[in-house]
Amino acid sequence: MVCVDNHGMGKPSDLVQGTLDLLILKTLSLEAKHGWAIAKRIQQVSGEVLQVQQGSLYPALHRLEQQGWIKAKWAESETGRQAKFYSLTAAGRKQLESETANWNRLSEAINIVVQEA
Amino acid sequence: MRAFHKLVMQLRMLILRRTAAERLDDELQFHLEQLIDENIARGMSAEEAKHAAMRSFGNPAALRDQARATWSWNSLEQMMRDVRIGMRTLARTPGFAIVSILVIAIGIGANVALFTMVQSVLLKPLPFNHPDRLLMLHGVNGRFKFEPVAAGDFYDWQRQSHSFEQMAIWRWSGFNMTGNKGELPEFLNTATGSWNIFSAFGVQPVLGRDFSPDDDRIGAPKTAIIAWNFFHRRFHGDPSIVGKSIRLNEQLYTVIGVLPRSFSYPDPLIQLWVPYHLDNPADSLQSHFNHTSNVIALLKPGASAERATEELNAVQYQIHQNLYATGVVHDGVSSRSLLDDMVGDVRTPLYILLAAVGCLLLIACLNISNLMVARAAVRRKEMAIRAALGSSRLRLCREQVTESLLICLIGGALGLLLAIAATRWLTTRWTDMPRADSIHLDATVIAFAIGITFLSGMLAGLLPALSATGRGLLAALQDASRTVGSSTSRTSLRKSLLTIEIALTVILLVCGGLLFKSFVRLRSIDLGCTTRNVLTMQYFLHNAKYQKPEEIVAFHTQLLERVRRLPGVEAAGLTSVVPGDGHYGDNLFTIREHPPLPTGQHVFALNRSVDPGYFSTIQIPLIRGRFFSEDERMDRDKYVIIDQKFANDFFPNEDPIGKHLRVKWQSTIGEDYEIIGVVGNTRYALKAELRPMMYFPILSGIHSRTSDVTLVLRTQGDPELIALPVQKEITQLDPELPISRIRTMQQIIGESTADSSFSATLVLAFAVLSLVLAAVGLYGVLAYLVTQRTTEIGIRIALGAQRDQMMGLVLVDGLRPALIGVAIGILGSLGAVRLIRSALFGTSPLDTSVFVTVIATLLLVAAAACALPAWKASRLDPMQTLRTE
Repeated sequence: MVCVDNHGMGKPSDLVQGTLDLLILKTLSLEAKHGWAIAKRIQQVSGEVLQVQQGSLYPALHRLEQQGWIKAKWAESETGRQAKFYSLTAAGRKQLESETANWNRLSEAINIVVQEA
Repeated sequence: MRAFHKLVMQLRMLILRRTAAERLDDELQFHLEQLIDENIARGMSAEEAKHAAMRSFGNPAALRDQARATWSWNSLEQMMRDVRIGMRTLARTPGFAIVSILVIAIGIGANVALFTMVQSVLLKPLPFNHPDRLLMLHGVNGRFKFEPVAAGDFYDWQRQSHSFEQMAIWRWSGFNMTGNKGELPEFLNTATGSWNIFSAFGVQPVLGRDFSPDDDRIGAPKTAIIAWNFFHRRFHGDPSIVGKSIRLNEQLYTVIGVLPRSFSYPDPLIQLWVPYHLDNPADSLQSHFNHTSNVIALLKPGASAERATEELNAVQYQIHQNLYATGVVHDGVSSRSLLDDMVGDVRTPLYILLAAVGCLLLIACLNISNLMVARAAVRRKEMAIRAALGSSRLRLCREQVTESLLICLIGGALGLLLAIAATRWLTTRWTDMPRADSIHLDATVIAFAIGITFLSGMLAGLLPALSATGRGLLAALQDASRTVGSSTSRTSLRKSLLTIEIALTVILLVCGGLLFKSFVRLRSIDLGCTTRNVLTMQYFLHNAKYQKPEEIVAFHTQLLERVRRLPGVEAAGLTSVVPGDGHYGDNLFTIREHPPLPTGQHVFALNRSVDPGYFSTIQIPLIRGRFFSEDERMDRDKYVIIDQKFANDFFPNEDPIGKHLRVKWQSTIGEDYEIIGVVGNTRYALKAELRPMMYFPILSGIHSRTSDVTLVLRTQGDPELIALPVQKEITQLDPELPISRIRTMQQIIGESTADSSFSATLVLAFAVLSLVLAAVGLYGVLAYLVTQRTTEIGIRIALGAQRDQMMGLVLVDGLRPALIGVAIGILGSLGAVRLIRSALFGTSPLDTSVFVTVIATLLLVAAAACALPAWKASRLDPMQTLRTE
């Protein structure tokens, strides 16, 4: 699960599954990364708010790979060890666009509702 | 593009699965290393860093499984794993595996074979254009609903009805065919039909042309359409035969067409067809009394069969009104679909056999189920531990069902091979099977085979699986290893399975027993004549040189003289038809000495023509009066012999000798025949009731009733040895005269009992097989029970229980389900025998001796199956049993 670290205020709330896919696709849109780097990157960019657990990261990566949104290649990592680097496919890039659009629509809508109320 | 990518991915996951698994481990390992590095960077010691990383990383095995779960082919992989486990479990108990597989193979094989027959014969539509619109029309005469039709009736129906697109008439016939260049003469089974017979079926000749209305009238040029088989057998498939002539009864017929191979109605024996008007005497074409033909009709699209039959009934009513005073006319018309008409006789036996093999398979499944329950009981602890460790119930069930599915799949594959052989065997053995040529395995049958294979796998596996993994599973963990009581619920499940098995076996045994008893009854019927050392053969004097009475009589007497001189021949005689070989024909008669019957009432009797020596040849006893004399021939033929039944029916309180029967043989007023003798009763068919019979002199030479002849020979030794010498004598007399149907009396009886012997033997065989299965099941359950209770029995014996008491305890335990099973089985049989009633002959469906025998056999077998475990229980050494744990 992707957990939102809400600074000790009760239980961390779970994010919906599709969101993790979007985060992974977005993270990979700039350059190829291995699993560890993806998790780190999401954590950093979100200002340590979003913590990606291995238990959901790897199933998600493998699922995206099976779906054909991302592809994998073994290459040398920064430390010189062989690691599995994931990058977006053309289809994945399109998927990212439409998911981003979706996300924007959804979050705007939620914003409106939350602010109205 | 993406679809392609996915496909490549799927292929890679399928082919390079092992590599992918290693890569996944590597990937996760990398993640873990990164975590450790980070921890070290934070200042932990190497050891600390590793532990902290492992803690936050979680269970690597679970993580790997979660990732793998997203891969394609995952369910396939799981299935393969189940299959592997199942294979291993089966291989551990090869005896159980082989026996179960064989049992299932026989069960599935028998079911598939019978289903093939039922599907091809009863269910598949006929290979005609509009099989659903084809009807068979019959005459109704009082309680007889499906009687042959007279040509006169048919032509009236055809003219006056409006619901039919086509209506055609046909009847069986036969020709002596002689070759042009000294080829062997041959008797052909043929049919004669109205010109539209093939168009009614929607069938066109593959070569040449169909009959036209012009071919089917009196005086038309003689034409014939030949069957595909005959075309190939006699003419080697040479198409130039169309347009040529063949010699039938010494007359030239032009072959105008060849029927397609698929057309084998009404019987593949039919070699050729001739137009109806060419093969019937002119007077019979208009007659309403000469009921010899069959009528098929093609309904107009959308017309209802009931309405159409009503319409014909109105026509027939009119005919009946006009003619009932003159002779026997049908008083109504009935119809049924052509398919029903063709397969009506085999429907019940086929469905009985199908039900029997269904029961057999069910018993086989129950037996396997039973054995699986026993195995599951042994593996209870294992199941409990696995469940405690988080294995889901579905997963445990799936493993067990996979095991039984494996047995059934292997058994099913073997069974399919078995079915192919069995179907072939059934088709050749079952002589009277209609549509035998359409019987073969097709896609439906394969689908059925796969279907029942899976069904039996589920049936055999699901019950034990559910019971083994049900609630209380974890309780097994609480059982001490010294637990003394056996798990009662599991045992009672096995016992109820056994009860059902025994009940089914009882039903099968009862049905098999009844069928077998009726077969024995049928075999032991007294035909009224001797059946030992009697040879019969037929010849038909249809050629031009046998038209006058003196020509026919000369041939008959010369032949008799010659064959009587042959060594080994004790007696020889001539008749139209021997007992047990069919109805042949009947005639109206009046008794001159009796007052006339009320208008519209008619009496008739079966008629045969015989020579003076016939009765003593086939040993039909003379009861009163005398046989014909050699002098009663040609026009001195006005004498008749009747049988006992005739005398009892029509001369109840008087002496029939010297009375006269008036029969309309040659003229419309009729001629008087003096009764000179009374002979013993004979049956015209094994299963038929006795009918009054009258015998006329064959030496009258009257063509219509003395030219179709059965020669009967009683021999000293094996009757078949005499067949060739007799044939030689006939050939010497007339080289162009073919001889047909050379059979002993035993063979004639065999033909009419073959089918009932067949179904009786098969059902009984299935019943015995299920008896064996039930016995094995019973033995298995008891043996298991005794092992379970070893400690208990040991303690009891140690505390002073008598050994025969222990034996009784186990026996009662085993016999109780057997008794309940028998009781249920008897109740079930009461219903089942209702369904087979029509297949029984001379045997009450509630035949006490069959029921008693079945119950006794079953209890005996059950007792025998229980005896060994019970004896073992009584022999237990208490010290040994108490020490074992």
